[in-house]
Amino acid sequence: MQVKEYKPLIVAFCCNWCSYAGADLAGNNRLSYPADVKIIRVPCSCRVNPMFVLRAFQRGADGVIICGCHPGDCHYTSGNYYTRRRMALLFSMLDYLGIERDRTRLEWVSAAEGAKFAATMNDFVEKVTALGENKRLEDLRCKK
Amino acid sequence: MQRIGVFVCWCGSNIAATVDVKAVAEALKSEPGVVYSADYQYMCSQAGQDLIKEAVKEHNLTGIVVCSCSPRMHEATFRKTAAAAGLNPYMVEIANIREQCSWVHKDIPSGTEKAIILGKAAVAKVNLNTPLTPGESPVTKRALVIGGGIAGIQTALDIADAGFPVDIVEKNPTIGGKMAQLDKTFPTLDCAACILTPKMVDVAQNDKIRIFSYSEVSEIKGFVGNFDVTIRKKARYVKEDVCTGCGLCVEKCPQKKIPNEFNLGMDNRSAIYIPFAQAVPKVATIDAEACTMLKKGKCGLCSKVCTAGAIDYKQQDELISEKYGAIVVATGFNPISMEKFDEYAYSQSKDVITSLEFERLTNAAGPTAGKLLRPSDLKHPHTIVFVQCVGSRCASCAEKGKEYCSKICCMYTAKHAMLTRDKYPDTDVYVFYIDVRTPGKNFDEFYRRAVEEYGVHYIKGMVGKVTPEGDKLKVRASDLLNNKQLNIDADLVVLAAAIEPDKSARPLATMLTASMDTNDFFTEAHPKLRPVESPTAGVFLSGACQGPKDIPETVSQAGAAASKVIGLLAKDKLTGNPCVASSDELMCNGCSSCERVCPYGAISYIDKEFRMPDRTVAIRRVASVNPAVCQGCGACTVACPSGAMDLRGFASGQIMAEVDAICK
Repeated sequence: MQVKEYKPLIVAFCCNWCSYAGADLAGNNRLSYPADVKIIRVPCSCRVNPMFVLRAFQRGADGVIICGCHPGDCHYTSGNYYTRRRMALLFSMLDYLGIERDRTRLEWVSAAEGAKFAATMNDFVEKVTALGENKRLEDLRCKK
Repeated sequence: MQRIGVFVCWCGSNIAATVDVKAVAEALKSEPGVVYSADYQYMCSQAGQDLIKEAVKEHNLTGIVVCSCSPRMHEATFRKTAAAAGLNPYMVEIANIREQCSWVHKDIPSGTEKAIILGKAAVAKVNLNTPLTPGESPVTKRALVIGGGIAGIQTALDIADAGFPVDIVEKNPTIGGKMAQLDKTFPTLDCAACILTPKMVDVAQNDKIRIFSYSEVSEIKGFVGNFDVTIRKKARYVKEDVCTGCGLCVEKCPQKKIPNEFNLGMDNRSAIYIPFAQAVPKVATIDAEACTMLKKGKCGLCSKVCTAGAIDYKQQDELISEKYGAIVVATGFNPISMEKFDEYAYSQSKDVITSLEFERLTNAAGPTAGKLLRPSDLKHPHTIVFVQCVGSRCASCAEKGKEYCSKICCMYTAKHAMLTRDKYPDTDVYVFYIDVRTPGKNFDEFYRRAVEEYGVHYIKGMVGKVTPEGDKLKVRASDLLNNKQLNIDADLVVLAAAIEPDKSARPLATMLTASMDTNDFFTEAHPKLRPVESPTAGVFLSGACQGPKDIPETVSQAGAAASKVIGLLAKDKLTGNPCVASSDELMCNGCSSCERVCPYGAISYIDKEFRMPDRTVAIRRVASVNPAVCQGCGACTVACPSGAMDLRGFASGQIMAEVDAICK
């Protein structure tokens, strides 16, 4: 029997001004990271409703990462501070529900940090791959 | 149901090399709402755009997905295409399959699979897109230039030349900036003052330009076309409109032992001072920390000698509010502090100086009246060692230096070395360098002249240590090309200190919500295609605040920034960003959560009448968003407990649909 290599499903929310641009820079510099990472563009990391994260896990994502501007550098002055507070709460709640800490991450990536973006993604994918499939929150009713 | 067209771009081989574009186009054909799908070599080209326009007409498309490069690159292009085809421009979504797919993934199967998923997410989003119409806002036809160096001066002159009023805010008592401190300028060796001071006079005499010297920006509100700025005009204790700049007070002031900033502390000034003879405005300023009258209430000599009666010890800081349509940042640079570079003995010996101090030493208006004399004993130095890259290109010593190349040092050191040899042929001049970088018109020729005609000793290698011994400076250095250690007894050591953005830049960036890089240089909207605009609309960049620059580059960037400002101010109305928050009044319970998190104060509460099912009218407090002020961050949408607040263009439903598409 052939065992299919496990590929995690990672959803990344990136703010338009810093992290999405950082991801673009990683592309410009051809810094590779696994194709398992799928990026969703949001105007600011504070646009990420905890609901979106829950939805991703419900639909079978194995890890969710949110990237925003560095503290103090938010394009909207203070959006990432809200994100930091909200996600601290959400991640600890998810941890309580059995979603391991390594499946969620909040990272600050500036528009100049293409290398950091790629390194972060490589590291995150590695950690999630080590944890294996997320079965805790996945809603099988969503699967056909 | 939408009728969506999917357009997959090859981007030559940029995408097509790692993504099977035909397979992507084929796979997306069966997505809900997709009625047409195509691929083309260069979607952004005229032919590619025509392809989109024709497809819109032929297939009656209501939405477009372009699988191509980053939306930061060509979203605007394809929105224009959509508009030209009669579609609402906000019915376009981009799937980023270049920067975030083909360029970062190596093999075709996984690249193609990811491209398809990204395409599906974009299709899912477009299915929920609604046409958006941007609001309009008026433009205040006045520009603000922050910083009065050569960058700010040139920008202001160019904007004023087009007929728009400009205000310059300068934190120092005079405009002129760093260029006013320079002696000669490379590569033509014309004197800095001779080319700068006429421009300063032009600024002073231009009736479209107001100068707020000794002032700082203390608050910035508003948005492109409508900035509300508060300027703090610091008390200089001299009535600016009365002072004639005669200088009598400066002569009579008994407090004469204050280090002179303009000469970098190499000589002294009085407590009441005019920075230099050609200062603009030529008005005296009292240094409140040094003046005995202001500190102890005794003296008052300046007021007695001032025939114009310009001295006013009771003057207070003044707050000036003004509206501007555009803001140009021209805050410039400073050499970094040499305190951490102990190996060069900067803090131990007066005869180890920075290049900017060397400029003042050779300047006819400087502390030595232009004679090259060492600061310690005012003797003529016979051996001078110039050290390049002090703190520049210093990746391994990031805690004290900078990683980047400061760009101007190679050229000004060549200039210093050349001028020294020219004026004092008996002087031995050594320059220690890592590399000599001289790209620029007539730059390399200039450097070659320094080496070949003027006999400057250029030595590849770095100086390891400078030790003061008696009246000499023992310089230990390595000569990498000859592979040997050198010991030089120098009389003067000149350090080409790295340059860094002015300290005022960071708080200013916060006020402007403009982004900066890790070195505190302002980030441009696009490094190649929009080099003088900040990503924040209505904020433009001029000069070294954006990156290390020499004077010609600064002047050309200043002109470019001015032309962008003129283009903005020439408009009567601006179309805003339609991706703003809006509240569903029926769901809003008036809790104020959104108002509290809004960084722009765009949300207010209004009492609104609602017709109730029992035919009565109830008045409820609901949130109302001012679309002209909202910048569309979305903080409120998450704070809203009832789900009434949503963000147009990035609606919760749309993002959720993307999540679903990716996780399918």
